[in-house]
Amino acid sequence: MQALLDALVTGLAQGAMIALVALGYSMVYGVLKLINFAHSEVFMMGAFAGFYLLNALGGADHPVLAAVCGTLGAMALAAALGVLVERIAYRPLRERSRGRASGNVRVTPLVTALGVSVLLKNVAQLAFTARYKSYPQLFGHTRLLIFVVTLVTMGLLQLLVHRTWTGKAMRALSANVEAARLMGVRTGRIIAFTFAVGSGLAALGSVLYCLDQSQAYPTMGEVIGTRAFVAAVLGGIGSIPGAVLGGGLIGILGELAKLTQYSGGQDVLVFFVLIVVLLVKPAGLLGKTGSEKV
Amino acid sequence: MRTAHPTRPEPQVADGAPLLALRDVQVAYGGIHALKGVSLEVGKGEIVAMIGANGAGKTTTLKSIARLLPLAAGSITFAGQDLGRLDTESVVTAGISLVPEGRAIFPNLTVRENLEIGAYGHRDRRAMGETIDDVVQLFPRLGERMKQEGGTLSGGEQQMLAIGRALMARPSLLLLDEPSLGIAPRLVQDIFAAVGRIAESGTTILLVEQNTRLALAASSRAYVLRTGEIAKHGPSAELARDPEIRAAYLGG
Ligand SMILES: Nc1ncnc2c1ncn2[C@@H]1O[C@H](COP(=O)(O)OP(=O)(O)O)[C@@H](O)[C@H]1O
Ligand SMILES: [Mg+2]
Repeated sequence: MQALLDALVTGLAQGAMIALVALGYSMVYGVLKLINFAHSEVFMMGAFAGFYLLNALGGADHPVLAAVCGTLGAMALAAALGVLVERIAYRPLRERSRGRASGNVRVTPLVTALGVSVLLKNVAQLAFTARYKSYPQLFGHTRLLIFVVTLVTMGLLQLLVHRTWTGKAMRALSANVEAARLMGVRTGRIIAFTFAVGSGLAALGSVLYCLDQSQAYPTMGEVIGTRAFVAAVLGGIGSIPGAVLGGGLIGILGELAKLTQYSGGQDVLVFFVLIVVLLVKPAGLLGKTGSEKV
Repeated sequence: MRTAHPTRPEPQVADGAPLLALRDVQVAYGGIHALKGVSLEVGKGEIVAMIGANGAGKTTTLKSIARLLPLAAGSITFAGQDLGRLDTESVVTAGISLVPEGRAIFPNLTVRENLEIGAYGHRDRRAMGETIDDVVQLFPRLGERMKQEGGTLSGGEQQMLAIGRALMARPSLLLLDEPSLGIAPRLVQDIFAAVGRIAESGTTILLVEQNTRLALAASSRAYVLRTGEIAKHGPSAELARDPEIRAAYLGG
């Protein structure tokens, strides 16, 4: 019983962190209909940024200062990285296909995204080496913190998307870029903003995750990124509550799987659940059928 | 209709000078020359129609004014300002709004949100509220559907929404691309009546239509576009009597 309860708590914390990363996939997809495969590597870079910032800010000697400023700093750096990726990898493709009936508008960015992802991973291997970097232990209740932070973030994002000019512009852009421009929306800025927010949240997820239970290492993006991507699709890609729900489910499922003798198969289980859900609800649990989301 | 923009002053044009002028505009899609040198003028306060068969280049002309397409040659000036240097977003700010062909409303936004986003360029709360009221006066059907998602409206209602959304920017020049396309005849009448009222309130209109009869009735002057070139232009009443036009576009 106790083991089950522990698994649920760990799973929820794990899931909350996955949800923060999933939000980035979901928001970018919602606006651009693009799977940003480089997102997982932005998450990983965020973990390293957090590691160096936390230590530079005094680590365990000033836990609150280090945690708050370190996290915000890592988020800012990741946001900048996300915007940079958008600038150099996606925007030029978008601009070239503008006003043209081009067939591979969808496929080319996908390839670029994978390329950027490989590039970032290699940069991290070179810069930080393949060794695991342990985060300083700052405080005890990180799990609860992760959970609360995720729910608050989801609430704020919902407000952003549904109650602000920027959010309205994001939703308009997701339906029709050209029409949004005709409303005077500077779509390039809105897209950059979306990347910044998504990437910042990925870093928030990675720093909280590392504070709770782990170390930073260059391939961590693959592990968590895949789960986060699955979470986004499971919940309904493009949907903010969907990303959080998907993250929670994946987190709990993963921990429950560890209780069984098939602990090594948690990713198999995760994909199995994904396939079943998509067979029943192709748009995901909270996704809307139809083309426009966010 | 209240038309004063919250920040931009009314565009000034010298006596006799046009509000909008296209000079020898050429546009190509890859190798296809869609516009081969189009020149036209629209005076302040006029309703000018552009008619022509499917594929003549009407949409291309409007899109190039809105700077959605690059110009291969020629120039476009609005109130003396060269639009060639501006991007689409700045053209909106300068006072030109395009109601695109096929309406392109945002199906995932409510009717109210669709209207609100039309005011994105100025984001002036007061002007926004006033224009929403005016649009509802103009199209009472929209008033009953404010909370519905745009995608749930009928084609005619979506056209009303698209026009209302464009008015939210308080444009000086409204570009309409085939507002009658695929719409129930009863609603077409309502829409053309509304276009008349928009013009009465002082907004200049360039109207593109395949429905030649309607277009010539609603406008004071018209241009006939044929395979990317202006084939004819003149007062609409005269064109309506022109035997060639009657044979080609009015069914005899
Ligand atoms: N995106 C495009 N790519 C290639 N050719 C196009 C494109 N859009 C329009 N055209 C071509 O340009 C010409 C003019 O089209 P258009 O301006 O849409 O005509 P209209 O609005 O008068 O029906 C047509 O021959 C059309 O096939
Ligand atoms: Mg057309």
